[in-house]
Amino acid sequence: MEPTARETDGRSSAAAGGEPGDAPPAAIRLEDVRRGFRSAGRTVQALAGITANALRGQVTGLVGPDGAGKTTLMRLIAGLLRPDSGRIEALGFDVARDPLDVQARLGYMPQRFGLYEDLTVRENLDLYADLQGVMPERRAPRYADLMHMTGLGPFTARMAGRLSGGMKQKLGLACTLLNPPQLLLLDEPTVGVDPVSRRELWQIIEHLMRETDTAVLFSTAYLDEAERCDQVWLLHEGQLLGSGAPSDFSAEMAGRSFYAVATGGRRALQARLAQTAGVIDAVIQGGHVRVVMAAGAPPEAKMLPDFPDLVLTPTAPRFEDSFVARLGGGRHEAVAAGSRAHSEAGAPALASGDRAAAAGPVITVRQVTRRFGDFTAVDNVSFEVRRGEIFGLLGANGAGKTTTFRMLCGLLPPTQGALEVAGFDLRTAAAIARRRIGYMSQRFSLYGDLTVRQNLNFFSSVYRLTGAHQRARLAWAGEEFALGPMLEAKAGELPLGFKQRLALACALMHDPAILFLDEPTSGVDPLARREFWRRINALAGRGVTVLVTTHFLEEAEYCDRLLIMAQGRVLNEGTPDAIKAAARRPDRPDPTMEEAFIAAIEAAAVPEAA
Amino acid sequence: MSRQILALLVKELLAVLADARSRWLLIGPPLIQLVVFGYAASFDLSHVPIAIYDQDGGEASRDLIARFAGSPTFAVEAVLRSSRRIDELIDSRRVEAVVVLDQGFSRDLHTGKPAPVQVIVDGRNSNTGLLIEGYAGTILTDFGLAWAADHGGAPPAAVLDMRALYNQTLDSHWFIIPGIVALLTQVITLLVVGLSVARERELGTFDQLLVTPLRPIDILLGKGLPGLVIGLVEASVIIAVTVLWFHVPLRGSLAALYFGLLLFVLAVTGIGLAISALSATQQQALLGAFLFMVPSIILSGFATPIANMPPWVQDLTLLNPMRYFLVIVRAVFLQGADLSSLGSQLWPMAAMGLTTLAMAGWLFRRRMT
Amino acid sequence: MSPALRRLAGLMRKEFLQIVRDPSALAIAFVLPAVLLLVFGYGVSLDAREVPLALVVQSPDALTDSFTGRFAQSPYFRPSSFRSIQGAQRALAARQVQGIVWLQSDFTRRVERGAGARIGVIVDGVDANTARIIEGYVQQVWAGWLRMRAEERGEAPRMVLDPEARMRFNPQVRSRDYLVPGLIAVIMTLTGALLTALVIAREWERGTMEALMVTRVTVREILLAKLIPYFLLGMGGMAASVLMAVLLFGVPLRGSVLVLAGCAALFMLAALGMGLLISSLTRNQFAAGQVAIVATFLPAFILSGFVFDIRSMPVPIQALTHLIAARYFVSILQSVFLAGNIRSVIVPNALALAVMAAVFLGLAAARARKRLD
Repeated sequence: MEPTARETDGRSSAAAGGEPGDAPPAAIRLEDVRRGFRSAGRTVQALAGITANALRGQVTGLVGPDGAGKTTLMRLIAGLLRPDSGRIEALGFDVARDPLDVQARLGYMPQRFGLYEDLTVRENLDLYADLQGVMPERRAPRYADLMHMTGLGPFTARMAGRLSGGMKQKLGLACTLLNPPQLLLLDEPTVGVDPVSRRELWQIIEHLMRETDTAVLFSTAYLDEAERCDQVWLLHEGQLLGSGAPSDFSAEMAGRSFYAVATGGRRALQARLAQTAGVIDAVIQGGHVRVVMAAGAPPEAKMLPDFPDLVLTPTAPRFEDSFVARLGGGRHEAVAAGSRAHSEAGAPALASGDRAAAAGPVITVRQVTRRFGDFTAVDNVSFEVRRGEIFGLLGANGAGKTTTFRMLCGLLPPTQGALEVAGFDLRTAAAIARRRIGYMSQRFSLYGDLTVRQNLNFFSSVYRLTGAHQRARLAWAGEEFALGPMLEAKAGELPLGFKQRLALACALMHDPAILFLDEPTSGVDPLARREFWRRINALAGRGVTVLVTTHFLEEAEYCDRLLIMAQGRVLNEGTPDAIKAAARRPDRPDPTMEEAFIAAIEAAAVPEAA
Repeated sequence: MSRQILALLVKELLAVLADARSRWLLIGPPLIQLVVFGYAASFDLSHVPIAIYDQDGGEASRDLIARFAGSPTFAVEAVLRSSRRIDELIDSRRVEAVVVLDQGFSRDLHTGKPAPVQVIVDGRNSNTGLLIEGYAGTILTDFGLAWAADHGGAPPAAVLDMRALYNQTLDSHWFIIPGIVALLTQVITLLVVGLSVARERELGTFDQLLVTPLRPIDILLGKGLPGLVIGLVEASVIIAVTVLWFHVPLRGSLAALYFGLLLFVLAVTGIGLAISALSATQQQALLGAFLFMVPSIILSGFATPIANMPPWVQDLTLLNPMRYFLVIVRAVFLQGADLSSLGSQLWPMAAMGLTTLAMAGWLFRRRMT
Repeated sequence: MSPALRRLAGLMRKEFLQIVRDPSALAIAFVLPAVLLLVFGYGVSLDAREVPLALVVQSPDALTDSFTGRFAQSPYFRPSSFRSIQGAQRALAARQVQGIVWLQSDFTRRVERGAGARIGVIVDGVDANTARIIEGYVQQVWAGWLRMRAEERGEAPRMVLDPEARMRFNPQVRSRDYLVPGLIAVIMTLTGALLTALVIAREWERGTMEALMVTRVTVREILLAKLIPYFLLGMGGMAASVLMAVLLFGVPLRGSVLVLAGCAALFMLAALGMGLLISSLTRNQFAAGQVAIVATFLPAFILSGFVFDIRSMPVPIQALTHLIAARYFVSILQSVFLAGNIRSVIVPNALALAVMAAVFLGLAAARARKRLD
């Protein structure tokens, strides 16, 4: 079932938006597709009328936060679900009527890659080759190609379950490519995968696009990936917010993005800018604040009387700017409530600016090593975090950052070395030490069957809050995180953004001095992420020390200092700007955090390979 | 009890009761088992189909056939005139026994010669077969005594005067249903306790608990107490159904029953916590609970007496808490026992409770460090 | 090889590899049956032997000795003497003895006068089943004693009837001989339904089912690829269980192995059908395990006639047992092992199994769609 006709000109004509008459047949054609699910007695509209086309020879990005309806749309196109109404055409077939015809020409990688973990790489390939009808004589060269492309050649005898996340993702992709598909559906292939593997995946896709005219539909919650696609469908809460080339999205933001710098500290500046009229977005990026202005509201250097030396430098718009602009503007009442509370409680602290550097270390890690059997997960790592600092722990999958993080939280003892948190070793110190830390993990580990109120009550009691103090904190959590209307809802049924807020509320119930955040914003939409970081910034401003691990390199920009790990060792430590500066090269004068991260990892890998 | 443990207990109970799946676990299987065991699990025989091959055809043989037909235990399916169908009826399981009366049955009776009566029983379920033999034997004996009395024959030198204590009608429901109290209490406690830690591990909330100021012992108590509470409540419901619905007499002291129940639930909780500490997923916990449960029920004396087991298996049952509690339940229900007479059953459970809880605590700490 | 056959072969190879590598599948298929058979084979017996019995003889003499002596000789009793009935009753209450045989002081006098001497028998009625069996044993001892006494005195026996019981197929009345074959049905239910339901739920949980479904595989191929390996695994477990029954527990196998295998195959298909059906109803392993245990394992245990006599159950429950495949298989197993190839048992029960297999497999196939909703 190889694509017979290679329409080499298809790509350019489609990209140029030629008339429907000459354009190659659309790979996917959606007409007012609707689909709802019944859950807990009510119908949730996962897709509310989607109309869009995707073309052969193009990568179409299906972009949107968790819960936007991306997976539902993928499954509809693959014929795994039926639409409630509307029409879906893939490769010229009506999917609802002839699913097998579509499936015979389709490659589909579901979210967990669809691999059998107890089969080896080779056995997985054999299975999918059988299922896709790849003739035995054609297998050897095809395997060779794919193994070369994915770099999995040396691992064919390894169990798929023992591959790293990035390798699984590549094997999953290879399995869908055994019989070159005419339409490739990739459902969030980059979730939970480190930046290096993400980049390699994109290289494979780019390679594929050069050789075939396959249509690729690539879903992702990472907005920066949208910029690599030929076309983007921007999905949010079941609605198509827009579709078109990524440049179309950023073009409408032209002239509205700036870098702002001023004395008085970036956090204070960011907090102030976020509340300024005409500013629709203000995020910290390294040493400066990236500002996006509303349409028709040009910024003035003098718009902030309390920051007289504000300097604004124009910068290129990003895809994310357009996302925020399309959704922004008081979508969450919580944003307002949150910032109000902060401006009261947090104001005096903020005024003193980034003063973390003045204080002594709150977290000390001294020559810590952790082994699991023969495997050394963390190898002689040392660092310190000072009071009021936001400290980021970065690394590829398997770099040892999660192990380090768990040791710091007291969930795992080190094999060697010493860890101190607020002057205590959490392994040995009495429960009293743990009263000073807050912990929030990537899965927003709440009790899904309990209501929001029951969760808050439970965590406040466990942290030994009693009587009036407990009542006050419960009231504070409800107010601060705008959980009031949701108090009687089950935590498991909350939208992701609410879950994240509730998780943070639970972690902050006892006003901890140190906050541990494990991938705190994975999957949430950019607005919720901004709101989250606004709170974290305010906390840091009040002297709370924050330790965060993340795959989201943009998030690393919020940190005061970063530690990049690889193979259990520290590769690099410093401020985001310093780390980016270190990666500066003539061909890369202004590297992004991601480029800097990959450069650091690759620089470390070279001597090993040699 | 500290407020933190109370909070854990409340949370645990809320979580168990709020989740539809675990609510079903608490209500569904116990209810089904109670009904099914209560009605279906009985060794008593009723309406057992039999056939009678009457070669005699006289008045005496008709009289004997009438005795079989009148017994609630038997249902006479056929009275045969030839021997041809005997094998076929038994082989095809259409009847479970055939009573064969000789040609000379009436003659022998009148001449005072013992009249031969043959009872052929299907031994494919030999327990039923044995019981059929017993019931048939009683009918034959009664017939003989009545015949002798009617025809002026001398009575036997001595007659048996049989009485059953505690359960006069020998209704085996009275044996099985109180046993269900022990059975279900064990199943539920084990599942609630055994799965709770594994579930938190799967959800990721266990880490969240570990970073709170709760000490391992607090978590242990917080996980064990809900099992205790739920086990006690569930057992009370089953006890009530046993008394009110199935009308099994509760003759002894309720205090003794509940003291035994408490120790039993403690011991099972300890085992559940140990399973919990050892398993990483709910799947493993379920398998672990199943692997403990099946032998522990079979080797408890629930359905078949421990005394019938080989000696080494009997010794093994000494480690099974359910064995002791079964004795207590039945003694309190049927024998009217009180605390003072049950000491020999109570202390092993107390010892087991302490041991298993200590072991669970040790495993817990070891898993955490 | 046609593409369809190649797909089937590929899926089956995958399934075999997974079975071989997954210790829990092998545990459920082979270790669990072995453990259950051992526990049941050794642990479950309804045969009362050496029942502790209290003998209270208020004025012992030669006559009472001739009576009590027969208890000492019986393999069913382990008698001990008590001086007073009160002491014996205390022992009964303390569960040290299970029955009391009481000869009052006027026993010999009344026997000799022919004035209706009474032998008091008190059994512990808590375990009603055992109590009945004990009563039967006591009756045998008593009847034997009467006969012996008559012979000794050269009298014509005063017995009116001379009953003789013959236990067909299991003359030694070993309960193991019928429990072990019945247990095989329970175990096969476990392998067939539980294992199948679990492995399919696992594919849903891990997201591999989704990946399979978007290939050109048909639903029938997916079902067949599950059915064949687990059928073979179940038959392997069956063969191992039969070998254990015959070699370890000495259960006679009087029917033909072929008939046994044929019926086992039918039953296995019905059990697999149930497993497939369960897995189409629930897509998570935990729930599938629950449903499989409640809907297949417990009924196979209690309602199949394996231990408890179906014809003595209340009528509605008897009706219910007709829906349980294990009921038919237990009947076949007990016949084939103990009685032989009895056509009149095997044919109707095998037909019932075939119908159930067809219904369950048909339902599973009808419910299975290549879609997620």
